[in-house]
Amino acid sequence: MANRTPLYDAHVKAGAKIVDFHGWDMPINYGSQIEEHHAVRKDSGVFDVSHMTIVDVAGIDAKAFLRYLLANDVAKMNTPGQALYSAMLNEQGGIIDDLIVYYFSDESYRLIVNSATRERDLEWLHAVAANYKVIITEQTQYGMVALQGPNAANKLKQVIGEEAFAEVANMKPFVAKQVGDYFVATTGYTGEKGYEIIVTADKVEALWNALLEVGVQPCGLGARDTLRLEAGMNLYGQDMDESVTPLESNMGWSVAFEPQDRLFIGREALEQQKAAGHAKLVGLVMRDKGVLRHGLKVITEGGEGVITSGTFSPTLGFSIALARVPATVGDTAAVEIRNKLVTVSVVKPGFVRQGKSLLA
Amino acid sequence: MSTIPKELKYASTHEWVRHEGDGIYTVGITEHAQDLLGDMVFVELPEVGAQVAAGDDVAVCESVKAASDIYAPIAGEIVEVNEELEDASELVNNDPYGDGWLFKIKADDPSEVDNLLDADGYQAAIDEE
Repeated sequence: MANRTPLYDAHVKAGAKIVDFHGWDMPINYGSQIEEHHAVRKDSGVFDVSHMTIVDVAGIDAKAFLRYLLANDVAKMNTPGQALYSAMLNEQGGIIDDLIVYYFSDESYRLIVNSATRERDLEWLHAVAANYKVIITEQTQYGMVALQGPNAANKLKQVIGEEAFAEVANMKPFVAKQVGDYFVATTGYTGEKGYEIIVTADKVEALWNALLEVGVQPCGLGARDTLRLEAGMNLYGQDMDESVTPLESNMGWSVAFEPQDRLFIGREALEQQKAAGHAKLVGLVMRDKGVLRHGLKVITEGGEGVITSGTFSPTLGFSIALARVPATVGDTAAVEIRNKLVTVSVVKPGFVRQGKSLLA
Repeated sequence: MSTIPKELKYASTHEWVRHEGDGIYTVGITEHAQDLLGDMVFVELPEVGAQVAAGDDVAVCESVKAASDIYAPIAGEIVEVNEELEDASELVNNDPYGDGWLFKIKADDPSEVDNLLDADGYQAAIDEE
């Protein structure tokens, strides 16, 4: 039987259409994924992300272990609650997973990794950890929700009360704080302000219900995908996997080549690739009718590429995509859609932020 | 469970057909079909005046999830298309048997409609999917 999150019954009660998502019964929508999308851009929405895997890393070698394990450098963090986005690479520089790592102390960190890669991640973490004094503990007793949108702060305040909210009110993006029962992080996957909140499984349904009662829209995986794609954020397994590197996946910014003496897994491969040149992940925009889809061929001046994620953008009203193309790509490219060649514009990945178009 | 009105006829490819009199038939997609496709974003309709054969792909319903060909359930001439859908493709989701209709055909041979499924037949067809 498929895995179910502690919110499964709440989804069914809210009228969710349930689909299989890498072995999890998850809501795809609660009626209209486009309405859910707009709710997050204009007001607030809440997603069940309890299927994601939480792994705590503790021990005297925790910092050294993560500095070797991850392409980004956890030494950038020194304030408890700070968060960092990173890829976890194999020796060839291929992306095993992308994750967020939270800093508690030099001997204590928390990783949030994808559920679809859970087994591979845990196997890799344990293998690399063999040479370090660290304890790796998967935390399965939690549920997690993502509350996102311009009114997310206001909704959270209504639910947890003024006093508790004051603790998180001034948090910058990408930090976390334990407030009572809640681990509240200013992170997300939508391009809007908001929070990801971890709480023990027995309390997550009460939080979910309280958010719905103050008018937060429940949102499924459908809206999650269109929101993240508008924000230009990669989806593991679609825009990247072990066959490509962060440099080919618009994640070069998350690789810390400095300091030069930090050895991390995949470093050598990335340095070679950087010197030799490589494909890149770009954004595509099509203002004609039709929808760019995953797997479609992209024809550019410099050769062929492929669409890794494509969708209709509810905010913009036309189709957008991420595509991996030769580095020499020009300002336009052609995509074959239903036997017709259509010209598309090539842009930086990232189409909508905080409700507004990023396109010229 | 999706609605399947008794008074309509159906194609196994999920189109419904309603007789409007004078050999003119309105065509749309079923509630079941729109539910499978999810939120509609574009609908491409045939040209008015086009002559179509039964089984021709004459329209496209494109949702957030996928593009789906719509087939002419019977042969005839396209006499009207639902221009409202140009700016409001969500009508196909919200009112598939009403305001979300796609096009109207003047049948070459109205008896062709007898070959289509009735509500029970269509229900049986989707139960097999």
